[in-house]
Amino acid sequence: MRIESFAAFEGYVEDARARFAARQSEVLVCCGTGCLANGAAAVAEAFAAALEGAPAQVKTFTKRTGCHGFCERGPLVVLRPAGVLYTKVKPRDVAEIVDKTIQGGTVIPRLLYKEPVSGQRIQHYQEVPFYKHQTRVAMRRIGLIDPTDIDDAIAHGAYRGLVKALTMTPEAVLAEVAASGLRGRGGAGFPTARKWRSCRSAKGERKFILCNGDEGDPGAFKDRSIMEGDPHSVLEGMIIGGWAVGAHEGIIYVRDEYPLAVVNLTLAIAQARDRGLLGSNILGTGFDFDIRISRGGGAFVCGESSALMRSLEGKVGEPRAKYVHATDRGLYDLPTVLNNVETWADVGAILEHGGAWFAAMGTEKSKGTKAFSLVGKVKNTGLIELPMGTTLRQIIYDIGGGVIGDRPFKAVQTGGPSGGCVPEALLDLPVDYEKLTEAGSMMGSGGMIVMDDRTCMVDVARYFLKFLTEESCGKCVPCREGLHQMLVIFDDLVAGRGKGGDIERIERLSRGMQLGSLCELGKSAPNPVLSTLRYFREEYVAHVERRECPAGICRDLTTYEIMPQTCDGCHACFKACPVAAITGKVKELHVIHQDKCISCGACYDACPTQAIRFLPKHEMAARGVA
Amino acid sequence: MNGACGVDLAPAEEVLQRYPAEEASLIQVLQDVHRAYNYLPCDVLTRVAETLHVPLAKVFSVGTFYKAFSLSPQGRTIVKVCTGTACHIRGAVQLLDELCRQLNVEPGGTTADMGFTVKTVNCVGACAMAPVLIVGETYHGNATAAKVGKYLRASGGKADAN
Repeated sequence: MRIESFAAFEGYVEDARARFAARQSEVLVCCGTGCLANGAAAVAEAFAAALEGAPAQVKTFTKRTGCHGFCERGPLVVLRPAGVLYTKVKPRDVAEIVDKTIQGGTVIPRLLYKEPVSGQRIQHYQEVPFYKHQTRVAMRRIGLIDPTDIDDAIAHGAYRGLVKALTMTPEAVLAEVAASGLRGRGGAGFPTARKWRSCRSAKGERKFILCNGDEGDPGAFKDRSIMEGDPHSVLEGMIIGGWAVGAHEGIIYVRDEYPLAVVNLTLAIAQARDRGLLGSNILGTGFDFDIRISRGGGAFVCGESSALMRSLEGKVGEPRAKYVHATDRGLYDLPTVLNNVETWADVGAILEHGGAWFAAMGTEKSKGTKAFSLVGKVKNTGLIELPMGTTLRQIIYDIGGGVIGDRPFKAVQTGGPSGGCVPEALLDLPVDYEKLTEAGSMMGSGGMIVMDDRTCMVDVARYFLKFLTEESCGKCVPCREGLHQMLVIFDDLVAGRGKGGDIERIERLSRGMQLGSLCELGKSAPNPVLSTLRYFREEYVAHVERRECPAGICRDLTTYEIMPQTCDGCHACFKACPVAAITGKVKELHVIHQDKCISCGACYDACPTQAIRFLPKHEMAARGVA
Repeated sequence: MNGACGVDLAPAEEVLQRYPAEEASLIQVLQDVHRAYNYLPCDVLTRVAETLHVPLAKVFSVGTFYKAFSLSPQGRTIVKVCTGTACHIRGAVQLLDELCRQLNVEPGGTTADMGFTVKTVNCVGACAMAPVLIVGETYHGNATAAKVGKYLRASGGKADAN
């Protein structure tokens, strides 16, 4: 059904709202990737089946929503309107939930989230610390709506920003976005309104609006969750962008590894066209704008703007020099605006609530909220959105619940392969674009990877070098050869073949790459190396001079042994060892056979009594054991 | 080239019909063709080049640039080890080593019986359950090296090629 005017849209919203308000209660089953992997689909089916046969007075609808964020505790189920959150729900729990909570109105304590410090069970999802500290803008509807139903999105406020934008002049829309202070959420932080304005004033009839959904940073999945959980927020932002810059064509470039995002976006586009919110003569205003999807080919460099545009043209995704901006000559050499998924998702909310509302959140230069994926060695992993300026300590300890096993915190890695590691001394750093850059890292696409004392910083730097060596497109020499040579040195460091002067060589190569590389991939590639050198130089020195890995991660430098006085013979290490290098009977002393041991550390991590210790290989060799 | 000459071109023709015959369609066409054959056979690439009016060298350059494409036939079950940062620091290396040891292949390789192809992916965005191993379509979160054999057996394929 096409909506032909603003007035008709208001009526449509009222209808949709009334329809959803008539639902007395809803079961929201998180069907994000994490929960699905843990069996959420079976839980949703069990609810649908159980509720079909329920008496009419308990009219409850099952809804499969996008990612609720609290992936650690999935599958997650939220019961509305009560707001009860059940975690780790299994299909066999469903009958009990329907019986006791939906029909009986009592909660099931066993399924509630247990606060790890106090041991208290928390009933309402908004009281769970993981959710309590969050402010959601880009992710405002994720988890509340069924992403495959446009009416659900509309009942929850989708396209209100668009309606408002279309009643304004493009100039006024630009002014509103400028007032919000919105900056690119892909990580570089370029002011969105300035980019739009350049494109608007660029010469040419045909212009493009692009959405960068090629979320390639390992450890980041916020864009995936937005595209999967609330695709309409992306479409709405792009249509508003089209109106503001005078473009009529939009393309969403989605990463090849995100098939569900493609499915949900495709459906959302079809539904939006059907309602007259996309396509020709949007809402009867005479404005035409349409969107199509393009799937990426699995190349990290295609997240870079000029490479992405080459890829859209069907070419190899190689970046080009940026002396001409994409806003003048981008896709097919025509004026183009490219923004990140999260940026587009923010735009609708900014138009709906006003730029001043958005600018009231955040820090002096970084306004609004930012989505992060909080992962690694942290208790509550998942997806979060917070006002800019929240400190790392608040994120990792208040929301994340601290380090797994209460081990010592070592560093947090932000910004993916272009970012760096921020050490414990900077835990009180307010997170915004400037502060992270000052600390030698960057915002990037919002991955925050928490690392504990069992993380080797040389290994982490080598990991990113290896990643980038594979992903460098090979067009310019500083990046292609610089990465390769750095990796050769790092391979030596972790294998105990480090030489005097290696650290200085690494620093020299880094400077060369920063100065000489063509695109940001190469220019920022030394960041993980330089930031770990800046804060953890001692670890590099230990690898080079003493052939030791202080974290006990680099296998060629580390061996493990069981301490006889602490081992209680629980057999956990025996089970964890992948190569059967451990022998011992239950309740008896276990022994690691050094000739078979591959130094993987699985036993160390599995031992509940800390009876296993690691030591440098040369120490063991000196004892004559190895 | 890869010994696959003489493949049935019908699925490729069907894909080519759905897209405009221009260079911009190349990646989308190759993706669909890859899905149909599970790799990019050389005959098909020649056909794609002719139909889209793109030089064969360009088709190969695109086919080798993007990670999603394989120029050699792949195993019946694809086993992917996520090597994203979160998985890396939670033990993806141990997982990959053990997988390759059990299947007796290098990362990227295919077992002699064409049962499995082992691949690494940069990040599947399921970092909360790191490390992640994907056998076919099944995600195994918080995977451990000790359970690799179990994951492979669950897929119905031959678990141990040794």
